[in-house]
Amino acid sequence: MREAYITNHNIISSLGFTSEANFDQLVKEKSGIKKYQGENIDSYYSSKVDQEKVNSEFQKIGDIELYTTLEKMMILSINSILSSSNYKITKRTGLILATTKGNIDTLSPSSKFYIAPKRSYLYELGNQISDFFHFKNETIVLSNACVSGILAVAVAQRFINDGVYDEVIIVSGDLVSEFILSGFASFQAISNEPCKPFSKNRTGITIGEAVASVLVTSKKKKNAIQVLGTGSCNDANHISGPSRTGEGLVMSIESALNEAKIDTNEIDYISAHGTATNYNDEMEAVAFGRLKMLETPINSLKGYYGHTLASSGLLETIIGIKSLENNTLISSLGFDELGVSENINVIKKTEKKELNIFLKTASGFGGCNTAVILRKIHD
Amino acid sequence: MIKKLYIHNYCCLKSNKVSFNGDLIFEENSEDIKSFLKSVYQFLDPKYSKFFKMDNLSKLAFLSAEIILKNITTKNENIGIILSNNASSLDTDRKHQDSINDKENYFPSPAVFVYTLPNIGIGEISIRHQLKSENGFFVFEKYNANFHHNYENILIQNNKSEAVLGGWVNIDEDSCEAFLYLISETGTIEHTEENLNQLYNN
Repeated sequence: MREAYITNHNIISSLGFTSEANFDQLVKEKSGIKKYQGENIDSYYSSKVDQEKVNSEFQKIGDIELYTTLEKMMILSINSILSSSNYKITKRTGLILATTKGNIDTLSPSSKFYIAPKRSYLYELGNQISDFFHFKNETIVLSNACVSGILAVAVAQRFINDGVYDEVIIVSGDLVSEFILSGFASFQAISNEPCKPFSKNRTGITIGEAVASVLVTSKKKKNAIQVLGTGSCNDANHISGPSRTGEGLVMSIESALNEAKIDTNEIDYISAHGTATNYNDEMEAVAFGRLKMLETPINSLKGYYGHTLASSGLLETIIGIKSLENNTLISSLGFDELGVSENINVIKKTEKKELNIFLKTASGFGGCNTAVILRKIHD
Repeated sequence: MIKKLYIHNYCCLKSNKVSFNGDLIFEENSEDIKSFLKSVYQFLDPKYSKFFKMDNLSKLAFLSAEIILKNITTKNENIGIILSNNASSLDTDRKHQDSINDKENYFPSPAVFVYTLPNIGIGEISIRHQLKSENGFFVFEKYNANFHHNYENILIQNNKSEAVLGGWVNIDEDSCEAFLYLISETGTIEHTEENLNQLYNN
C-alpha cells in the first residue's frame, strides 16, 4: 500500500500568514486572543484575522470584491502552498475543503453577498475555490463539526493510500460570525476570559478564526511528515455533549495505533482538543487515562487561537509538525492548576525535546472524534 | 485480500413516497415536509420519542437509517456512516439566523443551534443503533457516486468498518430527499459507481 506524507502547509490566523510566523509566535508564548465588543452580546474574547491584510495580500492575485472573506483567506492559503511546493494541479489531484459553516455570514442581511443566496451553500464555496485554481476534480466538502479539519487529513491519507489520488490539498476554515457567537452563547459555553484548557479555573471556550491548508502526497520527500494512522469513531452517546467515558475518542486512538503499528509509549507528544469546557477536557483526560497515556506531554493550543472550529484540527496538526521539526514542545497557554480527574502531563513551559511521533485528537458535536498519528521521517 | 462488496439493501424517501429495495412501502400526500416525516415515523413506529426533538434533516436521516438497519439479515457490529447532501444544514441555519436578525426580538436557542451541523443526524443514528463507528458528512452539488463508492470501499477494505451505511439526505426549502443503503459483503447488487447511480436515479 502507498504511504501518505504532508510536505507543505500554511496557516492564516491572528498570529500570522505563514506556518513559520505562527510557530514563532507560539514559541514566544504569544496569544492571538484579545477582547472584542459585541453587537448583541457583551464583550467577548476572540482571535480574528486582520482583514485589511487579507485584502492587501489578496489583491496581488485576485479581485477582492468578487470573493467572500472566507474565500479570500482560503485562496491565499492554497496559493501559498502551491507557490512553496511548485506543485501543478493535475487530474490526479484531490481537493478537500473542511468547514462547519463556510460562508454562513452571507445569510445575514448585513452581508454584501446576502443578495446571492447560493453563496451560503457549502458546495458553492467548494466551487469558488476549485474554479480559482482550476482543480480538475469536484471539491470534496467535509462538514463534520469540530473534527472536520483533522478528519480531512484522515480522508486524504486513505484516498492516497488507496491510489484514488496522488496528491490531496486540504483547506480548512471557519469565521467568527454572529451566527456562531450567538449559538455558543445560547449554550452558555463561552468563557468571559481567554480560555484555560484543562485548568481547574476554566470557564468555557473562546471562539477564534483561522484558515489552514496542507499538501498531502504519495511521494516521499526530504523532511516529510508521514501520516501513520487514523481513526474516527462516534460516541453514540449524546449529540451536544461528549461521552463521560471517552469511548469514541479511545476507540479512535486505538484504531489509529493499530494502523500505525505502534504502541502508546512511542508517542512523544499529544496535541489534544482541549476546548476548556468542563465536559470536553474531563472526557479527554479520562480517555488518555484509559489508554495509559498520562505521562505523555500534552497541550491544547486553544489558549493561543481559541477554538477555530473546522480549522482547529488542521491548524493544530501543522503546529504539531513544526514542533517535531523544531524538537520543541509548546506550552499549553492558559493552564495553571490541573482541573481534570486524571493526572495528565500538561506542558507548562515551552522546551526543547527530541520528538519523532505525535498524536492529534479532536472531538465535536454529533459525538464525533478523530485521532491521527504523524511521524517525522529521518533522511 | 480484496473483499467483494454489495449494496445489501437500499431505500428512497422523496415526493411523499418511501420505497425499500425498489418497492413502494409507504405513500401519503402530506402538506409539508414535517408532516410527511411524522407520517413516515408513525408508519415505521420505532417508538423513539427523541425523534420529535430533531430537526427535519436529522429526522430524515433517522427514518431512512431505521428502514435500512431493521431490515438487515446479517448482524454487523461495526457499521460506518458516510452521508452527504447539497444543502448541509441550511434549513435549520436559516431558522437560527432568523432568531438573531432582529435586535429587538433576539432569541437564539441551543435546541435549534445544535442542529446547525449536518453531521448531527449521524450522531442521532449512532445513538439509536449504538454505532461507535467511522463516520463523516460531506457536501456535493449532486449525489456523488464516485466519491461514495471510493470512500465506502476504502473503509471496508482497510478494516475500518465491516459495513457502511451510506447515501444522500437533503432538506432544502420544499425539497426532501433521501437515498440510503448498506454496503456489506453480502447481497446481490454489486457495489459499483454505476449501480449506485442507477439506484439513485430510479
